[in-house]
Amino acid sequence: MPNVTMTVNGKKMSGNVEPRTLLVQFLRETLGLTGTHVGCDTSQCGCCVVHVNGDGIKSCTILAVQCDGADVKTIEGVANGDELHPMQAAFREHHGLQCGYCTPGMVMSALDLVKHNKNPSEPQIREWLEGNLCRCTGYHNIVKAIKAGAEAMAKARP
Amino acid sequence: MYNFEYHKAKTIADASAMITQKSEAKLVAGGMTLIPTLKLRLAKPSDLVDLNGLPELKGIKREGSAVVIGAMTRHVEVAESAEVQKAIPALAHLASHIGDPAVRNRGTLGGSISNNDPVADYPAAVVALNATVITNKRKIAADAFFKGMFETALEPGEIVTAVSFPMPEKAAYMKFPNPASRYAIVGVFVAKHKDGVRVAVTGAGPCVFRQKDMEAALAKNFSADAIKSIAQKQDGLNGDIHASPEYRAHLVGVMARRAVAAAG
Amino acid sequence: MTARLIGDPVRRKEDRRFLTGKGHYTDDINRAGQVYAVFVRSPHAHAEIKSINTKRAAGAPGIVAVYTGADLVKAGIGTLPCGWGVKNKDGSPMAEPPHPVLASGKVRHVGDPVAVVIAESKAAAEEAAERVDVTYKELPSVTAVDAAVKPGAPQLYDAVKGNLCYDWHIGDKAAADAAFAKAAHVTKLDIVNNRLVPNAMEPRAYIGDYDRATGEHTLFTTCQNPHAIRLLMGAFVLHVPEHKLRVVAPDVGGGFGSKIYHYAEEAAVTWAAAQLGRPVKWTAERSESFLSDAHGRDHVTHAELALDLSGKFLGLRVSTLANLGGYLSTFAAAVPTYLYATLLAGTYTTPAIYAEVKGVFTNTVPVDAYRGAGRPEASYLLERLVDKAANEIQIDPAELRRKNFIPKDAYPYQTPVALAYDSGDYFATLDMALKAADYAGFAKRRDDAKRHGKLRGIGLATYIEACGVAPSAVAGALGARAGLYEVAAVRVNPTGSVTVLTGTHSHGQGHETTFAQVVAERLGIPIDQVDVVHGDTAKTPFGMGTYGSRSLPVGGSALVKALDKVEAKGKKIAAHLLEAAEADIEFKDGKFTVAGTDKSKSFGEVALAAYIPHNYPLETLEPGLDETAYYDPKNFTFPSGAHVAEVEIDRDTGVVELLKFTAADDFGRIVNPMIVEGQVHGGLAQGIGQALFEECRYDPESGQLVTGSFMDYRMPRAGDLPSFAVATHATLCTHNPLGVKGCGEAGAIGAPGAVMNAVLNALSTVGVSDLQMPATPERVWRAINDSKAAA
Repeated sequence: MPNVTMTVNGKKMSGNVEPRTLLVQFLRETLGLTGTHVGCDTSQCGCCVVHVNGDGIKSCTILAVQCDGADVKTIEGVANGDELHPMQAAFREHHGLQCGYCTPGMVMSALDLVKHNKNPSEPQIREWLEGNLCRCTGYHNIVKAIKAGAEAMAKARP
Repeated sequence: MYNFEYHKAKTIADASAMITQKSEAKLVAGGMTLIPTLKLRLAKPSDLVDLNGLPELKGIKREGSAVVIGAMTRHVEVAESAEVQKAIPALAHLASHIGDPAVRNRGTLGGSISNNDPVADYPAAVVALNATVITNKRKIAADAFFKGMFETALEPGEIVTAVSFPMPEKAAYMKFPNPASRYAIVGVFVAKHKDGVRVAVTGAGPCVFRQKDMEAALAKNFSADAIKSIAQKQDGLNGDIHASPEYRAHLVGVMARRAVAAAG
Repeated sequence: MTARLIGDPVRRKEDRRFLTGKGHYTDDINRAGQVYAVFVRSPHAHAEIKSINTKRAAGAPGIVAVYTGADLVKAGIGTLPCGWGVKNKDGSPMAEPPHPVLASGKVRHVGDPVAVVIAESKAAAEEAAERVDVTYKELPSVTAVDAAVKPGAPQLYDAVKGNLCYDWHIGDKAAADAAFAKAAHVTKLDIVNNRLVPNAMEPRAYIGDYDRATGEHTLFTTCQNPHAIRLLMGAFVLHVPEHKLRVVAPDVGGGFGSKIYHYAEEAAVTWAAAQLGRPVKWTAERSESFLSDAHGRDHVTHAELALDLSGKFLGLRVSTLANLGGYLSTFAAAVPTYLYATLLAGTYTTPAIYAEVKGVFTNTVPVDAYRGAGRPEASYLLERLVDKAANEIQIDPAELRRKNFIPKDAYPYQTPVALAYDSGDYFATLDMALKAADYAGFAKRRDDAKRHGKLRGIGLATYIEACGVAPSAVAGALGARAGLYEVAAVRVNPTGSVTVLTGTHSHGQGHETTFAQVVAERLGIPIDQVDVVHGDTAKTPFGMGTYGSRSLPVGGSALVKALDKVEAKGKKIAAHLLEAAEADIEFKDGKFTVAGTDKSKSFGEVALAAYIPHNYPLETLEPGLDETAYYDPKNFTFPSGAHVAEVEIDRDTGVVELLKFTAADDFGRIVNPMIVEGQVHGGLAQGIGQALFEECRYDPESGQLVTGSFMDYRMPRAGDLPSFAVATHATLCTHNPLGVKGCGEAGAIGAPGAVMNAVLNALSTVGVSDLQMPATPERVWRAINDSKAAA
């Protein structure tokens, strides 16, 4: 079995994987990082979005071996210790989550959006969430949270 | 997923050799179609040969009156490229509406056209812009590249390395997405070139095709009105729960007119 | 002074773990030595199983075991029970054919499980599952409910004639017929309520475990009601007594009804774990969820409304065919009967109502309660019918509704279909919604849209729902085979913090926050001193779980009763400590005070005294401060409201764009408005989804599920929806201590009618007068074309 090494949330992590092992399986099963979820088998729900080398990627649609040497960030690596990241805090403040299952993917997608667009409008946020399904919130408060989160991040930037 | 051997290609020649030698080897580019297919156990390749990590397959550059885009260039890179936005804004627009952001961060031009999914967006651009597909072996004209459903002119061991898109005078792409999957139910790319107009339709049929009646009419008068009375025939078009052949045929007209209007 | 908490948008206690990836969902759990189950499912809609050969699978690498239906029968495993019995018109019981854990003899829908393969890894189990050789003899199948009742239709069960599970009715037929005889106008409507797939984002997942030393079974499950699963699975399927069966529902990623039921896979993994002495884990793939989670809705109905000259409703006749699927799911029988036809009075004074419902077996996945469960079907039917009547007699739809609303002073109001509404003000919510939606200014917006070539429409719907499920005796008389009370234990810890144990289950609803608000306000302690525990039969007392907007009306009421007991006992302790008479002790803001004095003991001091009873009336009072209360509601609660939708239609493509959605709801008292709004938003998205996007389709020839993944089943996305305008107007529930009514299902109940009435309002300008849900682009485009052709 090939051995892969990647930097996950700032720490070097290694493991032996079958070539068919998906990144999400490596994260959940080998590394025990179960914050990244799987909600479908057709690469559409976005529950599994993580960042690979800074880009939002569906971790269910990439092999772990393809990420050998990559820098991976998951929901577990977003907060600064006990302090929630401004985007996480905005989700809490605006009730942008209910059951919490789609939430990690939503937060990771939202952070990817802010990377591309520092001040997204409501329509831009809604369009960006094309690949993230939520069944609880009707998206209303997720959209609000992402807008507020982006604004908070802009303020926090020097 | 069935198991397979994984190889990270070190050179294009290396990749070409591997897929020729191995019995059931497959190339993986962005993997946006291949990996879901593997997950559903609908394919059982012996080997995967990964093209990620070959820098010579990446990049966007202007060459004379054409924009040349490396096969492993991600959709997001095309969408956000200042070069593409300036030279062929319709192409950047098309790329910015493929799948969703995570798909665009991973999916590639070469992967899309080599797979030739009848509902993919890029084939419409390649055909309408009269692009040239460049492989490790030769150059293939757009009209000769797409052969049929999931079928291209690529030969065993042949790998798309880049696509050269000539700059049109004006162009636009309009897509009516599948409400569930977001692939194109109908996508129409209209491009006005110096020497004529090309109208390429994806999603509607088993393979991208040119709407030549519309091309002729638009060559005379590049306006939405000029194609108002041209009805797309529904024979041979795709039909599913989201759109019958009749509805798709109707949408070809609507999307074509909107594309012409958008092209200005 | 302690802050008032009831009514505050307190931010949720549960969010931190979900936002940092520390939620604890079933699939996140791994047990030492666990093996993995994969189910072999029928590829056919209807077939005889001629043989199952497991030899090749048994030799597969990593294989641990293969079990078939025959193995379960041999082991004496029971069939999956139905929790509600419905009677036919003639009083005879409904047909109740057995629902085996693994099919034996016959398969009755695509996805019906026939064997379970267990291996060292999931991949090995998948590979072995492909080596289970099942020989089927295919039979003709029927998936559409109206086709299944036709003579000559394929029959699912030898013992069930005409695929008819029951032929049930309610109301006074003679009175309804008499009303129609004297009607000035009759409006008729044929209407389909489309089949939906719940699609909670977390797929179902189970882990069975067994401790040979103690004989204790454990099931980790994605369910909404662990105690009910323990009872159903223990008593009826596995024959394991409750004290040897623990059911844990940890964090659960949404339910919407689909995780209420006892599923075959739960029983299979629990049983297999005991056979193997190893934990057995199963997690559904999404495509498997489509084939095995209970679906929702799926009615075909003919309805008629009789009106007098002034537009007053005189009578209503309804005839519904309800698709139950291939087997009876846990509450399947109740949904299209007692949760549907009893709501047909709606918000109106219709004096005579008669409804008949045929429950029908078809070769489809079992159908059961999905958010709203019966009530969306009733509301959609009524509101379409009322709008059609308004168009026919040329009266404004809002006006016709007002003319027929139950007056504000008419409560309690007895409907002709069994329910007695306790409170409401339908005029207020309608006015609120119309004002917020600028109903009066619509004509101008329609004209503006017309200038841009768009068809604009506005539509409204009012609704009532029966929630707070349920008064046990009433439910029992109607066929329920379970109690429907709720329970809460308030465990005051020695230092004055509180642990609440509730029988309800939170899978997105935020009980950990709402329930804590109720406790913290009542006891005058900080909210962070209150923790709410749910979802584990080893920890919580026997409660019935969460569905039917019941958690706060029923579970919250139990909690208030337990708090009453805590306060009463606290007063006794305080009286002793303060050397005063118990009757003189007042409890306010976290302090026990001798009335008219400044002598007091804090709640914490009383709690400490209860557990360190050195100075304590031990002769008359037990130590400790830990009280449990059960609450069985006197009546259902009746949330109501008015919803307004505004749409624009692109004539060229048939695409409907929802521009604006306004909801004004009456949920009684509101504990946390932020959470309530969130519940409404989510319900609206599902209701809008039903109206515009979602439809579970089977191929009528092959019986194959056509919409078997998100590639084909059209889920609502962020870009499909506007931000919603939601508001509330409270009339308090008269019979529970909090005055609350429940809010979980309202959005899904009101939205379909409002959206479809808006779509039809827009299309009326081009001559379209009828359209079934969902209003998909092609369907709308065809309707426009057909009406053009007809004109």
